[in-house]
Order: sequence, then C-alpha cells, then structure tokens
Amino acid sequence: MKMSRFIAKRLFYSIFVLLGLSIIIFLMSRIFPGDPARTALGTLAPQWAVDKLREQLHLNDPIHVQYWIWLTNAFHGDLGMSLVTKRPVMKDIINFFPATFELVVFSIIISITISIVVGVTAGRHANSRFDNIVRIASYLGIAIPTFVWAIMSMFLFGYMWKMLPVLGRLSSGIVYPPRITGMITVDALLTGNFAAFFDVLKHMILPGSALAVGRIAQDTRLMRASIVENLRKDYIAAATSYGIPERVVMFKYLMKPSLIPVVSIMGLEISGAMAGSFIIEFIFNWPGFGKYGANAMLNKDLNAIIGSVMIVGIFFALINIVVDVIIAYLDPRIRMSMRSE
Amino acid sequence: MEKLGINKKSVRKSWYKFSKNPLSIIGLVVVLAIIFITVFANIIAPYPKHAGWFTDFPNAKLPPSLGHPFGTDTMGRDVLSRVMFGFRYSLMMAMIVLVLVVPTGTFLGLVAGYYNNTWLDTIIMRLTDIFVAIPSLVLAMMISSLLEPSLFNAMLAVTLLWWPWYTRLVYGITCSMRNEYFIQSAEMIGASPFHILIKEILPNTLAPIFTKMTLDVAWVILIGASLSFIGLGAQPPTPDLGTMVSDGYRYMPELWWISIFPSLAIVFTILGFNLLGDGIRDMLAAEAY
Repeated sequence: MKMSRFIAKRLFYSIFVLLGLSIIIFLMSRIFPGDPARTALGTLAPQWAVDKLREQLHLNDPIHVQYWIWLTNAFHGDLGMSLVTKRPVMKDIINFFPATFELVVFSIIISITISIVVGVTAGRHANSRFDNIVRIASYLGIAIPTFVWAIMSMFLFGYMWKMLPVLGRLSSGIVYPPRITGMITVDALLTGNFAAFFDVLKHMILPGSALAVGRIAQDTRLMRASIVENLRKDYIAAATSYGIPERVVMFKYLMKPSLIPVVSIMGLEISGAMAGSFIIEFIFNWPGFGKYGANAMLNKDLNAIIGSVMIVGIFFALINIVVDVIIAYLDPRIRMSMRSE
Repeated sequence: MEKLGINKKSVRKSWYKFSKNPLSIIGLVVVLAIIFITVFANIIAPYPKHAGWFTDFPNAKLPPSLGHPFGTDTMGRDVLSRVMFGFRYSLMMAMIVLVLVVPTGTFLGLVAGYYNNTWLDTIIMRLTDIFVAIPSLVLAMMISSLLEPSLFNAMLAVTLLWWPWYTRLVYGITCSMRNEYFIQSAEMIGASPFHILIKEILPNTLAPIFTKMTLDVAWVILIGASLSFIGLGAQPPTPDLGTMVSDGYRYMPELWWISIFPSLAIVFTILGFNLLGDGIRDMLAAEAY
C-alpha cells in the first residue's frame, strides 16, 4: 500500500467518525431538556420573540430534518449564528483559532524539548540520583491538574515575584502587528515588530507551561522507559563494540526507535493541549478558541458549542493522520509492510 | 474467593509485591487518610456548618492562623472544613461514575468481543471510536453544559463518555481469548453464550479492569474538579474542591489561601490515587500474566 493510499484511507475513515460525532453531538443538543431559544433570549424575553427564534433555528422541524439542514450548511462553511455574540460561528472560530494554535504549538515545543532532553538523560543514567529526582518530579507533574498549575504559577511567577505577565496576549503599550495569519508571533516576525514578538512570547510562558506540565511528566517517563529498553538491544551493543563513537550511536541508532512511542502519543498530546486550552485560556484571559468554546458552553450557546466541538474533532482527526505518517517515517517496519501489501 | 485463586498465601505474596515499592505505601496511606476524612468529615471538621450557605462576615478573609489553619474565605467560612467536605464530593463523584461505567463498559466489551465480526461488534466498536475521537474534557464540558451544570449532571456527563475505554479494554482481551481452547471446548459441550461470557471470559478480564479502575479514580476526580472549576460542574455553595479554587482565584494575590489550599488538596488526592493505582498495577501485572 502506498503512502498516499494509506492517507486517503485514513481520511475516509475519519470522515465517518466525524459524521458519527456530529450526529451524537447534534442529538444531545436537541434531546436534552431545555429550550435553546429561551436560554438564548433570557427569561424576560416575550414569547413571540422566542417563537421567532425557534423558527429561525428550525427547532420546530423533526430532528432528522434539523440535522440535515445543519449538515448541508456546515459543508458550506456555515455553522450557524452564535446566540451570544450574534456573529456567524465560523467567523468567530476563524477569528479566535490562531491564538489558540499559537499557544498549543508553543506548549508542545516546550513539552517535547524538555521531555526528550530530560528523558534521554534519565534513561541513559538509569537509577542515578538525577533519575530518581526526575521520577518523583514526574509523579508530581502528572498529579497536578492544568488549572491548579496555572493558578499556582500565576501566584508565584506573576504576583509574588512579578517575573511574568499574567493576563492577555500583549502588554498595553505594545502596538499589535497587522493581522496576517492571526498568530501574533508570526505576524510580528513578518512585519519586523520585535517588541511585539518578545512580548507575546513572554505572555505565552505561563499559559503555555500550564498546558505543558502534565505532558512533560508523562512524556519524560515514556522517553526514559523507551531509552532504557532500547539500550539493552543487541544492535546498540554491536554498534558500540564496532567502535562507533558514542555520539553517533546515540543519535543515529538509539534516538530514532526510542522516539516512536513518544511520537505516537503526540496526537493525544496535541488534542489534550487543545482541550486544556478550554480551561487555561479562561484563566489567563487568552482571547482564543478555547475561551470562546468555554464561554459558549457556559452560556449554552448551542450553535457555538456544536461548532467548536466539531472543530476540535476535525483537528484531532487531522493530527492523528499526520502522526501516523511521521511514525511510518520513523519505523521502517511499518513502511515495509505498506509497500509489500 | 477460592475460585478466583485468592487465598492466604497469594494475599501475602501480593502484599509483599505491593509493599516492595515505598511509593505504593505512600499512596495507600494517602488514600486511606482521604477516605477517613471523607467518612468522618462531619465529626473532624472544625466547623461542619461552613460546608453550605453560611456567612460570618466579621471573620471573612482571615489569613491562616491556629483557629483557621487554612484561613477563611470571602464569606467567613473556614477553608479547612470546606476542603474536608470537598474530599467527600470528589470521592463520591469518582465512586458513582465508576460504579455506573465499569459494568456497562465491560458488558458491551464482552458482547462485542464475543460476537466478533458481526453487526453487534461493528455498532458497539464504531460507537466507541466516535467517543474517543474527541478529548474527554471537551466532551464532558459539552454534555454538562447541555444538561444544565450541576454536580449530578457532571457525573452523568463523565459517565456518558467514560464507558468506551472499558469497552475497548475488555474487547481486546475477549477477542484474543475468543479462540482459546477452553472457550471452544465450552462451546462444544453446549455452554450458552451467557455462561461463556460470565463464567469463562469475565474472570480473565478482572485484573486489568481492576487496575484501570484504581488509576481512573484519579482521572475522574481530575475531570470533575476541572468541570466545577470552570463552572460546568458542582455549583456553589457545594464545597467541591474545583469550585473552591475558582471562587478563590479571583482574589489571588492578596487572599491566596482561599484557592491555594483546595488546589493542594486536589494534587494530594490525585497523587495518592495514582501512586496506589501504580502499586496495584505492578502487583497484579505479575500476578495475572
């Protein structure tokens, strides 16, 4: 099987899962008690206004008709109107997504770098004092929920030692770069606005590390375990006994297979960071997709809820396909089995 | 008991394996302490009345002192007492969710695995694919928002999204066991599918299920706390740990104790259950396979 066919197959399958997901979400949004139109307008709104909104939202139609209308619109990029912001949900999401993407990528960079460096060091010196410290730290890291870490780091670094800014994306004195991609780091670099670039980075450290902390702990443990396991393999002993320099053995023979388990949970990681952003952006007042989604859920903004959950699902599906391709690159056995099929 | 191979000797052997790792013992002690606090919260909490709507404004916003070791919140309630009751809600949530989820998920996994490659298998397993296609936190937030946020609905939301993990676990084991000789022999002498599922396959899935359960307690508590933190779970004045953190963090730099102590309580709980779960996993891993 060729790579392109493999990708096509995965895409095809993902579409089915996403369709199923949309049906379940849609059903839940319609059969659970409560009138969405009434919720949107508040208890004081007159009945005729509620009836009119019900008509607009097609709430009086049978449920499969409602779903069909929603689905056809969604394929045209129309996820309906947000009942709170009164703007199209798609537009809102496009508007807010880059800020979250930026934050998630930043946190993944932090977690991958730290966990690979620390995990490899701990694995090569297994049962040393450093390894033990890492083990205890990673137990703690896994036990600390993102929002707890967010609040504690906010308290320590933001308020007590006043080292880092706590809220928002940019300090008040800094000029926003013009919106090109929506990611301020990229936009600032493109326009040469370095003040904004460094200011955004500073603002990303606390929320980014809050998203990363649990993942760092988990990945470090995984990386350590996989280094320890691979160090015992015969081909490492063979390479060492041939007199190949340690550096080369490390990077050429040890790293590649050891990275596979870490890469294979990457998909989960990224989507986990995405889910975490629903809480973290809320705390740090980061104007992104996560905060938008969380607010939609707090306000029971039906169209926005369905839209943002579906976007998370699509994002997750795409990431998983990319991860599978990377694994196929790292693991020749998988590539071979594809070719021979 | 005898049937499952549990006797005095094996218990002693398991305990030896479990207690070899000091971290497991720490986990066990922490969990026992939390259970103790949960059961006797009414008696040992210094101010049991402070768990609900209680106001004592003259004593509000007091920093930690001997009378109030964790300080008091903006309404004058003792934070320590509320944290003790908070353990109760976290633990209750984890227990109720797991009691509902584990039998359901296990049953579906057994059925799907036994009727491998039939329409039953397809329906159940494709359904689990859908549920795991999205991060649990987002799904939990969505369901409890659609159901009107409350502690009960948060439990319901987590229950609705958690069963697929058990189904998948049991499905894997059942499928691999499907072609074992003892199953085939049982079929041959005319045992009913019910008998095979319950008497032949189920006992073999208990160890992994039990391991997953102990580790899941921590995850359910974590999700529950996150939900109530963001306002989609338990509502005030319920002394849920997540709600308490979110109440307090707005007054952050000055009144740090209102949110920091409940935060530490969450970390303490999750750490305890994780360590205990790891210990049990190591113990059963060598035991079962």
